[in-house]
Amino acid sequence: MIEAIISQIRTLWTVFLHSFSRPETVQYPEQMPYLAPRYRGRIILTRDPDGVERCVACNLCAVACPVDCIALQKTEDEDGRWYPEFFRINFSRCIMCGFCEEACPTYAIQLTPDFEMCEYDRQNMVYEKEHLLIDGPGKYPDYSFYRVAGKTIGGKDKGEAENEAPPVDVKSLLP
Amino acid sequence: MTNITVDGRLLEVDDSDNLLQVLLGLGEDLPYFCWHPELGSVGACRQCAVVQYMNEDDKRGRVVMSCMTAITEGAIFSVQGEKASNFRTSVIENLMLNHPHDCPVCEEGGECHLQDMTIMAGHRDRQYRHLKTTFRNQYLGPFIGHEMNRCITCYRCVRYYQDYAGGDDLSAFASRDRIYFGRSADGVLENEFAGNLVEVCPTGVFTDKILSAHYTRKWDLQSAPAVCTGCSLGCNITVSERYGQLRRIHNRYNGEVNGYFLCDRGRFGAEYVNSDDRIPYCGIRNTDGIYEANSAKNTLVHVGALLRDAKTIIGIGSPRASLEANFVLRTLVGEDNFYSGLSGPEAEIGSLLLSVLKSNIKTPSLAQVEDFDAILILGEDTTNHAPRLALSLRQAVRNEAKNLARDARIPLWADAAVRKLAQDARSPMFILTSSDDRLDDVGIPSRLNPDDIALAGFSIAEAINSHAANDDADNDSRINIASIVEALTNASKPLIVTGSSSSSPEIVKAAINVANALAKHNDNTGLIICTDEANTLAVVSLGEKSLPEAGAAADVAIVLENDLFQRFADAAMEDWLEHVTNLIVIDSLDNSLSSRSDVVLPAATFAEAQGTYINNEGRAQRSFGAFKPKGDIAPSWDWLLRLCHGQDLLQDVQHIDELLRTIAEILPELALIVNAAPDAGFRDHGQKIARMTHRQSGRTAMLADVSVHEPKQPEDDNSALTYSMEGANQAAPGSLRAFTWSPGWNSNQSINKFQDEISGHLQDGDPGIKLFTGSSAVAHFVSDKSGPGSGNIRIRVVPRWHIFGSDELSNKSQAIRSLAPSPYALLNPNTAENLNVQTGDALKLDSGDAPSLPVSIEDNVPDGCVICPVLETTRAYLHLSDGVLSKDDDWTAPDGQEDVIVSDRRP
Repeated sequence: MIEAIISQIRTLWTVFLHSFSRPETVQYPEQMPYLAPRYRGRIILTRDPDGVERCVACNLCAVACPVDCIALQKTEDEDGRWYPEFFRINFSRCIMCGFCEEACPTYAIQLTPDFEMCEYDRQNMVYEKEHLLIDGPGKYPDYSFYRVAGKTIGGKDKGEAENEAPPVDVKSLLP
Repeated sequence: MTNITVDGRLLEVDDSDNLLQVLLGLGEDLPYFCWHPELGSVGACRQCAVVQYMNEDDKRGRVVMSCMTAITEGAIFSVQGEKASNFRTSVIENLMLNHPHDCPVCEEGGECHLQDMTIMAGHRDRQYRHLKTTFRNQYLGPFIGHEMNRCITCYRCVRYYQDYAGGDDLSAFASRDRIYFGRSADGVLENEFAGNLVEVCPTGVFTDKILSAHYTRKWDLQSAPAVCTGCSLGCNITVSERYGQLRRIHNRYNGEVNGYFLCDRGRFGAEYVNSDDRIPYCGIRNTDGIYEANSAKNTLVHVGALLRDAKTIIGIGSPRASLEANFVLRTLVGEDNFYSGLSGPEAEIGSLLLSVLKSNIKTPSLAQVEDFDAILILGEDTTNHAPRLALSLRQAVRNEAKNLARDARIPLWADAAVRKLAQDARSPMFILTSSDDRLDDVGIPSRLNPDDIALAGFSIAEAINSHAANDDADNDSRINIASIVEALTNASKPLIVTGSSSSSPEIVKAAINVANALAKHNDNTGLIICTDEANTLAVVSLGEKSLPEAGAAADVAIVLENDLFQRFADAAMEDWLEHVTNLIVIDSLDNSLSSRSDVVLPAATFAEAQGTYINNEGRAQRSFGAFKPKGDIAPSWDWLLRLCHGQDLLQDVQHIDELLRTIAEILPELALIVNAAPDAGFRDHGQKIARMTHRQSGRTAMLADVSVHEPKQPEDDNSALTYSMEGANQAAPGSLRAFTWSPGWNSNQSINKFQDEISGHLQDGDPGIKLFTGSSAVAHFVSDKSGPGSGNIRIRVVPRWHIFGSDELSNKSQAIRSLAPSPYALLNPNTAENLNVQTGDALKLDSGDAPSLPVSIEDNVPDGCVICPVLETTRAYLHLSDGVLSKDDDWTAPDGQEDVIVSDRRP
């Protein structure tokens, strides 16, 4: 009985003390909270250092997505470069888990510190490639997948990727 | 059976297999590259290493390659042993030294044997710090892409292409780390089975260009077990869909039929499903002659009224529609008014085939064909007419090599040794055809005109019956009857192959006589008769009549999936159409007949509908659709069933399983079709079978551009499959297995896990069921020697099939069409002289507007024959009963085209 009363009083005292501590609440939206660059918010598609879209439509983000909210279709340009014909994220389903970013082999898909995605109409939460693609490389300024990959694209011939020897001359008789 | 110990387990295994086969058969996960169940072992890649111990006291053991290790009594092996697993890890690290960083942009990614084996062997990081070797790619045609950088030099491609499929334009070039697999120059791969390279290559060097054009990862494909409709053999395929479109055809293993391989027409020829020529809506022709799109409901009411008012209704079936559709049509119009819609020779050959299947003569399956040791081909161009059979025949001639190997006590899986030992020793295969055959290189070819082939067949049969070749009766320098008779009678398993590619029932009768004569002395005699279409046998067993008699009037004619203009002469068709008041066509693609119809109903293709197909072996197989067709498009049997219900027919049949049971009841000889696959009530551990993989992606986004509210997944009431990722897929029977996948085995080679033994049957039996059994003797036919005309040399147009171009449906696929030949007439110098033409001239018909045929002259064309390709544009020539061909004086050769053969064509 006595213990219960003491507990009650201690609780009241703790609550009272909190009246003097610094408030965590900020006056959002007038006052914006700090969000680290690694914050997992709205998803974007980035471009490589050459300014070309990074996404190669490999489908790994889509398959990693636990809520299946990413759909895309591969197509390729006349030089054989793969890119998405369409790339759609249904943000009304997205749980901002960041698995897509982890799965992406080209750093194309990245999560940003922006969470302000309120809409009256849920249909507006469906983002197509034109809504997702930004002009810069995002968090990874230097990486370009096609400079590493062995596939030929416009402006990069066989043997011109990183760590590649010039193409073999099959007709050579040298040992 | 032999006892061995593997990782401490005592096992009893088959000693005719190598250790790798045995271990895989036991369900072990052991990485391998150069070994392939159909190609045998060469021990080149060093990936399948295991430890072998001398005896129980041996604690060190030595590393051996399991694919090159024979099973010996009491042998002790370890798969998990550290020595072997370290060895395997370092071997794959070496194989991966030059592998490019390509997986995200590689078509093989997600179903790559190299990916699977790398994970299995435990390799992760490339430690080698030097440059990667690179190669330039080649253009290999419209079907197959080439990305040579990805090669790990396992040599499977050339071993498959040269040794197994008999191609000679893909080879290994150069030496050491410059080894290159390709052609000597860019160009289309010539072999008709080149598409299998996509599956044979363990990585992404050879990729499927058709798939790549609308690429989807394997895990995103919604697939179903289907049956190829490209020819009469009924190969099993996996048909896959994404975003409402057919994406690809992949091989589906059936130990009795196609095994691991398909032909290129089957693999790449289904793009017509996505064609712009698809009929999307119901159409009714207005009084002013213009079609109007209409709803299904209105159209059915309209057709119902037509049917009720009509006095005479006829139905014309189809050899490419399902058995169910043909049956419901027959019920709707009545048995007397049902016609098969087959051309005369095809109908006759179909009936002959049916009588053979019900007789004591055995028709082997494609897998069994490989066991026959003497083969006689009578007038059948297998490679172009029933392609997959040619691949089996090519393996059958190796029986001589296998016998030599057995005598020398070389195990049959030691592929390189067996081939080296045999050199050119082959079992005899006599090829009696009118034009060059792709099997000529492994057979004994004779070029005869169709009448002479039939005569030769009859003489062979006679000689076998009379135990003596009477050379005097048919003294012909072009063909040695005696040697054929001797080879066939001495063989332990003789096989006769014939079919409808020459459009000559006489040849088929002769073949039946030969088989009959052999079967009297040899129970192992086999006879294969190939027909033109996938379901010829089904339509033949429903009706004997092919087309209504000329001049017979009909108020309503319903034509099911059959472009009759392809099968009958234009004049006959025009005459028939004149007597039809209302023509109702049910078809999937626009064609010459559908554009003449009064009502058109849009039919689903094989990729969207369920149906039963009976192949030329009498095997009934169920084919399932991968996706629901768009809009009002429905399976033909569904349209016809709804029409039946409107006429108070088949009222108690609401479901396809009820329909199958009704067919079994009414046609007892087809009763077994019910067992061709489990019915819609089948459940695997209480679940339906999933068409999607468990890792299908994009469900909540793929249709979000239309509406963010996801629609319910469509339901499939007609089968045990679902349009969903929810459901079972591991323990499904082969006839319901939508895709092949097993944990750790993402490529098609996961089929290992579902076979009773490697390269054997599927664990729960191979899909399909043989319908016909019988022991009755088959009729003996008498040669119809009155054929050739009186004195004058009769010019005869002989059809020549082309794997690309002769099939109506696959022709609508862009890539197939690009390889189809342009029309030609092939004749020998004699015939050319008679017709007064030479190279550079063209032949024309004296009537009609068929395009002229440019003349090519070759010495080995039989006398009196004008060989003409089976193409849509040349059908007027093929329907010609008595040749009235003459030189086209107005013809000029188009520039620069004449010398280009198909494999020289560049992009």
